[in-house]
This record gives sequence, C-alpha cells and structure tokens, in this order.
Amino acid sequence: MMEFHTPISSIVLVDLSLLTMLLLVAIAMLRSRHLFAVVMLSGIYSLLSAAFFVSLDAVDVAFTEAAVGAGVSTVLMLAGMLRTARREKVHSPRRAPVALAVVVLAGAALFYATIDMPAFGDPFAPANDAVGQQYVEQTPNDIAVPNIVTAVLASYRGFDTLGETLVILTAGVAVTLLLGAGSVVGGRRVLDKEEDE
Amino acid sequence: MSVDHLILRVIIKLLFAPIILFALYVQFHGDYGPGGGFQAGVIFAVAFILHAFCYGLDETKKVIPERALQIAMAIGLLFFAGTGLATMLLGANFLGYDAIDPDSTHHAGQHYGIILVEWGVGLTVASTMLNIFYQFSGREPDIDQEDW
Repeated sequence: MMEFHTPISSIVLVDLSLLTMLLLVAIAMLRSRHLFAVVMLSGIYSLLSAAFFVSLDAVDVAFTEAAVGAGVSTVLMLAGMLRTARREKVHSPRRAPVALAVVVLAGAALFYATIDMPAFGDPFAPANDAVGQQYVEQTPNDIAVPNIVTAVLASYRGFDTLGETLVILTAGVAVTLLLGAGSVVGGRRVLDKEEDE
Repeated sequence: MSVDHLILRVIIKLLFAPIILFALYVQFHGDYGPGGGFQAGVIFAVAFILHAFCYGLDETKKVIPERALQIAMAIGLLFFAGTGLATMLLGANFLGYDAIDPDSTHHAGQHYGIILVEWGVGLTVASTMLNIFYQFSGREPDIDQEDW
C-alpha cells in the first residue's frame, strides 16, 4: 500500500489557530455562569467549526453548521433561556478523584486511538476506498449533477433523506405537543385547570 | 407608532428580501454548488425569525399563521414521499428519478427528481424551524410563585 502524507502548508496554520480558538471558546463556556454569554459563545463555537469545515473542504457541512448551529440553534437557545433563569446556580464543586481518573483515562485512550487514524485526505482510507470512490466515479454517469454531495443525498441515498426529513417533522410535532400549543385529542390549546378550592 | 430599535427595524426591512432570495438560490442551486433543501429551509426560516425579533411575534403570525406552518410541515414530507410513489407508478423503484424522463440522454429525470424532493425537504425544514421558534417564544409566560 502506498504511503500518503498530508501536505504541510499555510492551511495547517489556519487549522491550528481555528482549533485553538475552538478550545478557548469551549473553556470559556465551561467557566461562565452567565447563560446569555454561554449561548452567544456556543454560536461563536459553531461559526468557528464552520470555518474549520471549510478548511477541510467540506463546504456543504460548513454551510449547514453555519446556518443551523450558528443561526437557528442560537436563536432557539435564546428563546429557551428566556423561559429559565439568567444565571446558572452556583454550586461548590466537590473533589471527585474517581471521575477525574475516568476522564483522564478515556481522554488518553482517545488520543492513543488517533495514532491509528488515516491521514487527512488519504485516498486509501476506508471511508474513501470503497463506496466513496464509487460515488465519485459513477455520479457523472448515473446522476449527471455537478455536486456529488447532492447526488448522494437526494438520489443515491434518497430514502435516508426521506427518513431524516421525517425526523425533523417528528421533532417539530414533539415540540408543538410538549409546549402545549395543541393536544392530540382536539387540536386545541389546553389550559391548566384551577387547582385551589 | 413605536420606534423602538429603529436602526434594527430598518436594517431587517432591507435584508428581508435578500435573505429570502438567497434561500431560494441555495434551494435551487443545490445540484451545482453547496446547499440544498435543508440549508435553504433554515435560511428561509431565519428571515422570518428576524422579522419576529424586531416586529414582535404577533406581526409575524399575521404573515404566516401557526396553523399553516403545521400543515406545511406535513405537506413537505408528503411531497417527498409522493415523488417516490410517483416514480413507482411510472414503473421504477421508489425514488428512482430516471423514470420521470426515461428518454433523456443526460439524466434529466434525476435533475427533476432532486429538485422535487429538495423542495419537500426545504418546505418541511423551514416550517418546522419556524414552528419550533413560534412554540418557544410564543408560549405564555409561566405564572410567578407569588401569583398562586
């Protein structure tokens, strides 16, 4: 099998700075008790991830992350935050040596596992070798659309996308029912009865 | 007339149409560039969420009523599944778009099929996102402890 190395270029510096900023934003989110700041930082986190996806040449994923993660999620988190307290309750953390040990071990195992991962863009990686290669080769003949991502999403894997759309619909229905805008019985808003007397 | 947040209101009025236009571009350009129904639906919903932020939820509900959204959510999915059923009726597999235009030499049926199902995805995503936003921000405020 051929050796494959990721070419080192200025894009690596961009990646490193993006990942550093992601880490810093994540730490800031952990340390902040102010929920509004946490929501805003999570929006920034999504935007930085979108930028990182662009540098990985995954523009479709980046687009979705920017629109959903940085856009709609932030708005929904804000709307949810307005229904709760503005600040997280202060609690004094207890020392938990077992938990710390578990986290350190799991983290070390994950770092160890990254050694086995294929290099970025490796054409012989399992993800690119089998069916991915086939999609790249066959899309011009089978589907004849320039964007292979769309060809996979809407045509090769159209049934999956139908299921995903159903998931989105289910989420919408569940939120509608949970937040009391209607009921299964009559379709009308149900108001809580007075409980006193 | 209230002039709270005048600058924001003017800016959103200016941006509303371009955002919708961009959503439609993303929707119909998904075959050629990044994008597709999912992203377009979210961008479409964002335009109305911005509108609700600045003009109040009641004004936005005059443009798109809640009931219409809940129907549109289902119609989008049914449109997607209906496209699949239509290709079955034309004698192909479920979602086998080539049956839409079988004589085409450049897979025009695939283009039609992708545009049709992406439209269904876009409709469901846009109405679901907007509906979830309606539910979260339109909920009556909870009763305070003192009011019991």
